[in-house]
Amino acid sequence: MMYQLPNTLRNFAFALILIGAIGVIYGFLTVPTLEDVKSSHEVTTEVAHQTTDNMSASATDEHSLHVLHQLQNRPWAALYVAIFFFMMIALGVLAFYAIQHAAQAGWSVVLFRVMEAITAYLPFGTLLLFVFLVFSGLDFNHLFVWMNPELLNPESAKYDELIANKSGYLNVPFFLIRAAIYMIGWNAYRYFSRKYTIAQDTATDDKNYFKLFKLSAAFLVFFIVTESMMSWDWIMSLDPHWFSTLFGWYIFSSMIVSSVTTIAIVTIYLKSKGYLENVNNSHIHDLAKYMFGFSVFWAYLWFSQFMLIWYANIPEEVTYFITRMNDYKIPFLGMVVLNLVFPLIVLMNSDYKKVYGIVIVTGIVILIGHYIDIFVMIMPATVGDQWIIGIPEISSVLLLLGCFIYIIFNALTKAPLLAKRSPFVKESENFHYYNID
Amino acid sequence: MKTSTKKIHALYNDDDVLLHAIKEIREKNYTIDEVFTPFPVHGLEKALGVPHTRLAYAAFIYGFIGLIFSIWMMDYIMIVDWPLNIGGKPNFSYYQNMPAFVPIMFEMTVFFAAHLMVITFYFRSRLWPFKEAENPDPRTTDDMFLVEMSVGDNEEELKALLNKTGAVEIKLIEN
Repeated sequence: MMYQLPNTLRNFAFALILIGAIGVIYGFLTVPTLEDVKSSHEVTTEVAHQTTDNMSASATDEHSLHVLHQLQNRPWAALYVAIFFFMMIALGVLAFYAIQHAAQAGWSVVLFRVMEAITAYLPFGTLLLFVFLVFSGLDFNHLFVWMNPELLNPESAKYDELIANKSGYLNVPFFLIRAAIYMIGWNAYRYFSRKYTIAQDTATDDKNYFKLFKLSAAFLVFFIVTESMMSWDWIMSLDPHWFSTLFGWYIFSSMIVSSVTTIAIVTIYLKSKGYLENVNNSHIHDLAKYMFGFSVFWAYLWFSQFMLIWYANIPEEVTYFITRMNDYKIPFLGMVVLNLVFPLIVLMNSDYKKVYGIVIVTGIVILIGHYIDIFVMIMPATVGDQWIIGIPEISSVLLLLGCFIYIIFNALTKAPLLAKRSPFVKESENFHYYNID
Repeated sequence: MKTSTKKIHALYNDDDVLLHAIKEIREKNYTIDEVFTPFPVHGLEKALGVPHTRLAYAAFIYGFIGLIFSIWMMDYIMIVDWPLNIGGKPNFSYYQNMPAFVPIMFEMTVFFAAHLMVITFYFRSRLWPFKEAENPDPRTTDDMFLVEMSVGDNEEELKALLNKTGAVEIKLIEN
């Protein structure tokens, strides 16, 4: 049965895009000027500054300028979080999909078309991100401080030796070349994997299947290297003095749990509309097990990163967490409740993992939690203590969510919902976890 | 163990055949006393109609006890009894030292859950170290699956059924 995109869903996606676009434009138009910042900030900062008697006018100006830069960054950073978040989901699904092929997994064959549809967002998502990075490189925004040429100039008062030493790696041309290499590699795998599975549907032998198996194994090697470097480039370099050796894994854990959750939500949605008749609650049970397991995995990495840095207490490392504990306490600690405590308690019981409603609710909580995770990674370095979840942040999510929904459900209409000629399709159709009804 | 009734031992050499046989035997309203297998057969409890294990709930409680115990233990060792200055961390405050204790909390949770679960399992299965095996046929520790049933007055009928389900050997045990 071919999937038909319902008009209501399409209109819903377009409405999200429209509302989101209006909000994003509003966010860019309402960036305050230097005068606004001065007038509104003098009131609040006066008290703090009274203690320093010799507070010069230039220092106040400098403070206002700093706040202004943070406020100017805010709509850009809000957009960046949303662009990265949805790109990350599509990329994570692609990696999960490649794992299924490389492991020659049998259970997941009936979910292949759902996974392929979600990865259909990847070309759009990576392109959007690349355009954003080009805008950053062209100095339209100041999210990446290391892009400021003054920091590299030994004559300048702003000269930063640490960043200057890293300029062999952190410079705009190489940064964009790297981004292009990652994105081309990911999209190439997506293109060929889709081509081979569609060809496999009408094939008489398993040649396409074996080609895909080899391709997937090779892609996973490429992916884990580029994913790690991507996380340094696009997120860790926002704090160019700081580094964490498990950062690539940390981003990966966030990515994979959001991706599996998205697969589960889309699958359950399609099932509720009467499609995917071969998907049974054992498949959902397996996806929920992954959601549970990867949530714990995320918490393990979140805590490992925190504890080592907290314990060693090296100034340039610990400043990362001091900013988060001081200015971002509620999202920084609150996401642990959303990303660990809630899924841990709700999905612990085996019977609950097969109840569609519970998986959906937990999934939404997990997705919100991991959006906040990305938010707390990006905002402190770009917006600092001027953050708030307001119109620019919510609109950016709505805009990208609208694009995401439209693209993936449109991709679902392009091919039959069952990869019917996959060698493991029978195993997947008859998949039954012995411990549940 | 003295019982007045006769017992029948049916041996199978494949776990899938065994599962189908058990379903068939139970459909005919015979009662199966016990099944001996060389390894855990998935779906066997369900086929036998054994109620679902409550070991998972016990494990949760044990883990929780371990967590509480570790919280108390680290407070006593590191804060109350003998505060040590390690890496300049505030050693008079549990709250501020807490991140350092999280790995211990985790380990204690796992330790308690694992060990108490094994002990509970032994109790429920009436097992203990050096216990004499109750295994009726040593081949069930190698490659055979044994179904033990009590025989009523319809011995031949039961034997025919067991043969039909694929039993490779049927033994009558008279006590």
